Amino acid sequence: MAQLISDHQFEQFLGEQRLMGSECSSCGSLFVPPRASCSNCHGTEMQWAEMSGKGRLAAFTCIAIGPPSMVQEGYDRNNPYCSGVVELEEGPRMVARIDGVDAKNPESIKIGTSLMMKYLDRGGDQGTVLAFAPV
Amino acid sequence: MVGAGMSKFGMFSDLDSKDLFVQAFGELTTSVDKGMDPNDIDALYVGNFTNDFFVSQSHWGAILADTLGLVPKPATRTEGACASSALAFREAVFAVASGFYDIVLVGGFEDMSKRSTEEVSEGLALAAIPYERKAAFTFPGIFGAIATAYFDRYGASREHLMNVTIKSHNNAALNPKAQYQVSIRDIMASKVERARSKGRTIPDWSDEKAFLRDPKANPMIAWPMHLFDCSPISDGAACMLLVGEELAGQFTDDPLYVAGLGQASGKGLHATDDLTAFEATQCAADEAYRMSGFKPSDIQFAEVHDCFSIAEILHIEDLGFFEKGHGYKAVEEGLTRLDGPKPINTSGGLKCKGHPVGATGAAQLIEVWEQLRGQAGKRQVQISDLRIGAAHNLGGTGGTSTFTILERR
Repeated sequence: MAQLISDHQFEQFLGEQRLMGSECSSCGSLFVPPRASCSNCHGTEMQWAEMSGKGRLAAFTCIAIGPPSMVQEGYDRNNPYCSGVVELEEGPRMVARIDGVDAKNPESIKIGTSLMMKYLDRGGDQGTVLAFAPV
Repeated sequence: MVGAGMSKFGMFSDLDSKDLFVQAFGELTTSVDKGMDPNDIDALYVGNFTNDFFVSQSHWGAILADTLGLVPKPATRTEGACASSALAFREAVFAVASGFYDIVLVGGFEDMSKRSTEEVSEGLALAAIPYERKAAFTFPGIFGAIATAYFDRYGASREHLMNVTIKSHNNAALNPKAQYQVSIRDIMASKVERARSKGRTIPDWSDEKAFLRDPKANPMIAWPMHLFDCSPISDGAACMLLVGEELAGQFTDDPLYVAGLGQASGKGLHATDDLTAFEATQCAADEAYRMSGFKPSDIQFAEVHDCFSIAEILHIEDLGFFEKGHGYKAVEEGLTRLDGPKPINTSGGLKCKGHPVGATGAAQLIEVWEQLRGQAGKRQVQISDLRIGAAHNLGGTGGTSTFTILERR
């Protein structure tokens, strides 16, 4: 029985602090964030699959000029933040905020660093956001 | 291709997209060797990314048809982020090649400077994918992350990116249409002069790289992208006249031929198989090479989509000019300089010529037009028997890519 896969539901799971991907019942391909149909075999029978939250840093940046929402969080030229590409233990890659690194000193951040997911409180009424931090 | 024209690129508080397109069209009409009658134009194809956002105005196809006095000729607008006008060019080629139209005007434009820098960033981020925006990635941030993956894999560093920037500025200093007609050395000299006249401490940069390493002169935007790694906010317009091959002789004895045409789509940053390559570019290039019968080594010079310095390095690899992981070495060795064996971005590229996003694809092809016809002035490529040039245009974070090969026969 195919499950309804949507970004909306993905966000709901994140709200419960669960990182969920989708798995194709036909070919087994795994997608995080989830895809509602399989981009590998065009299968439409997709199932939710929970990720462990473990991964490694595949690419990153430290952003000094951010969007208005990040400025609101207190980030600016003197206080950059880190965003990155995380390769999950299960294989897929995803983009996320990276916490617990020294974004003022980007050369100290190493690709390949082991990471674990966490949830950042964005302050005010902005809710929480998925992030990864070094283990 | 029998005619081409472009406005100057820059930030113009007193000119909008209509004004700039009129400038470009005016230059086009005088560029046609044997003259042209605008009434003979069958249709108009224009690329624009998001004037909808930048100046709160849509429906630009019809607006420009009216502005240029082309009503009631049909006008179609294409959107493919920063590759918008390369898509217009492709549609125009299809229209002419099919025989449906004989004479087609094709171009692109963008009006970005009427918004604040923060708003422009917000507008450009419309071309990122939702997950990237959620993770607080900006455009410089996405290309910054690609750069860290490239550095890690191939051993390149910021110093190598600086070689791209220095080259772009050297070329743009020779381009009268460029937004920044200055070399890095020119910029250093003017800053030293300003410091002297204001009685401030005079900077003592030993060379261009020392200047680019100085965080005051070249602040970080999104590691490792610094100010001088990023293309600017620009306004501009560019257009070309395409006609059926059998009609070309009525317009000029020296037309350019569309030898190869490629376009492909790609995935978001997180889903790409290889963080150090754009799959869409590789596929678009394959298509254009197959159509033309040319190999990468046959392309004598090219304009590539250097929205950020690292992008130029990836593209010259993805297009097959240099092996994967060797692009940064090629730039370091000077192979891509104006006087090198494979000049890249002779116009100064997006970095220095300017990047009015919807105009960029068209403007790149116009650089190829000027070079192939020997009309590039001080930045004329000096390769003998210059015959084959190409332009590569990238949209978003690699979601759209095109490669177009032009030939002078």
